[in-house]
Amino acid sequence: MSLLSLRNLAVATAVLLAGGFALVFFHAPNDADQGFIQKIFYLHVPLATCALGGFVVAAVHAIRHLRTGDAIHDARAYVSIHISIIFGVAVLVTGSIWARASWGKWWVWDEPTLVSFLIVFLLYCTYYPLRFAIEDRDRQARYASVFAITAGAFVPLNFLAVRLAESLVHPRVFATAEGGMTGEMWLAFLTSLAGMALLWVTLVRFELVAKSASARISRLRRALDAEAPAGTRSRVAPSVPSTATTSG
Amino acid sequence: MPALPLDEAGKYVAGAYLVFLALVLIYVAIMAAKLARIERELGELADLAEERSSNG
Amino acid sequence: MSPFRAILAKDLRVELRTLQSLPGMALFAMTTFVLFRFGLDRTSLSGSLAAGVILATVLFAALLAINRLFVAERDEGGFDAIRMAPIDGTALFAAKAAALVIYLVALELVLLPAFGFLFLDDWAGLAPLAGVLVAADVGLAATGVLVSAIGVNSRARDLLVPLLLLPLAVPVMIAAAGAGESLLAAGGPSYDDVGKWLAILALYDLVFVAIGYAVYDFLLED
Repeated sequence: MSLLSLRNLAVATAVLLAGGFALVFFHAPNDADQGFIQKIFYLHVPLATCALGGFVVAAVHAIRHLRTGDAIHDARAYVSIHISIIFGVAVLVTGSIWARASWGKWWVWDEPTLVSFLIVFLLYCTYYPLRFAIEDRDRQARYASVFAITAGAFVPLNFLAVRLAESLVHPRVFATAEGGMTGEMWLAFLTSLAGMALLWVTLVRFELVAKSASARISRLRRALDAEAPAGTRSRVAPSVPSTATTSG
Repeated sequence: MPALPLDEAGKYVAGAYLVFLALVLIYVAIMAAKLARIERELGELADLAEERSSNG
Repeated sequence: MSPFRAILAKDLRVELRTLQSLPGMALFAMTTFVLFRFGLDRTSLSGSLAAGVILATVLFAALLAINRLFVAERDEGGFDAIRMAPIDGTALFAAKAAALVIYLVALELVLLPAFGFLFLDDWAGLAPLAGVLVAADVGLAATGVLVSAIGVNSRARDLLVPLLLLPLAVPVMIAAAGAGESLLAAGGPSYDDVGKWLAILALYDLVFVAIGYAVYDFLLED
């Protein structure tokens, strides 16, 4: 598994992101319509794509959790949603900056992808109060998985609905498709996208390793019959079970 | 050579990329704190185990 | 009698006998209309505003109904009884969703004429709108039953259910409001886009009923 080790992932991520951004600023031409502002596109859209992809990945993990009952899948779903929400914050902030730069307002309701992303983001934020509200660990995990599956199915439906609602009246604000993207733009975009995807995977792997280590420490503590310092047991986050093998 | 207009547009673009960088770094910092705690607890447990094996 | 029909019949019979939900929902809806009249400072509505008012009211009334359908069941130990009986979770899901649809349709039978009476100049769009609302009700019911099953076993359930349900209900709102806007247009109903919005509602209904069927058992496990 050393090819996909955390270190290799991190290196690959750094290379692709740095390369992507270099292409953005040194290789891709300025957009005819929006000028230099359009460079935000190479940051905002890959972040959004990876966040949404991450939510779908979480739904897949949740399905496996319900089918097998193995808590490792619940942990993977939890972390996937966690990282995707963080990406989501970045999406909304960069989208807002883009809106401000293009239109002078900090938010535009005219851009359907941004609006539907906000709705999805708000939905997934309820994942935490949901987990917090259920005390029994098993049930918490099961209900969280049901939620992840429901929300995952919701994402495409939501985008479809919002897109149809907006396209009737307003033109896309962030469309770079006015004149189509040039080859250099595509290269920069795809490299950034690949870098962001790897960043997502790296961060998820990173967090899972940390969780696994915490869980092992708890087990060690129990084996040694030692007392845990107060306040370490989280009520919400699932712990990674002993059967988990995560490569570091 | 890159077009780097230091006018309004440049500030917004720079702001967006900096926000991204800041978020990544904040995440790394939080994880670093978690790791430090893990390492500390591991150290305590290792000491405890050693103590036990040397006594028992 | 199949478990589905048994549970559905029980819920409907209880409601008919005690009338604890529907009159309250109707009253709530009427009061909401009055609030909108003043909040929007309008005495007559058409197009997207009219659609928005109707849908927002239906949604909030649905939240009330969901609360009643599940809270009472849980508090009276109905859930435990059902769990001990050898019934599929899916039968419970279908029965609760059907009951909720029936409640909402019954509410709309009162609500739409009242809305027409209070706000509309032209009632022609109301009948087709009722059809659109039935499609929306099915989607709201499926999602509502799913969410309330999650919420009913948790603390702070009266906060959790609306919190979870509202974002999930957004596509239904968008589609139904889109259709409603055309149907309640000032110059008389237009049927241009209604087909498209109905298709989205149908898709939503299909997806969430399917999900409800698939996962409901997991929500009932102890």
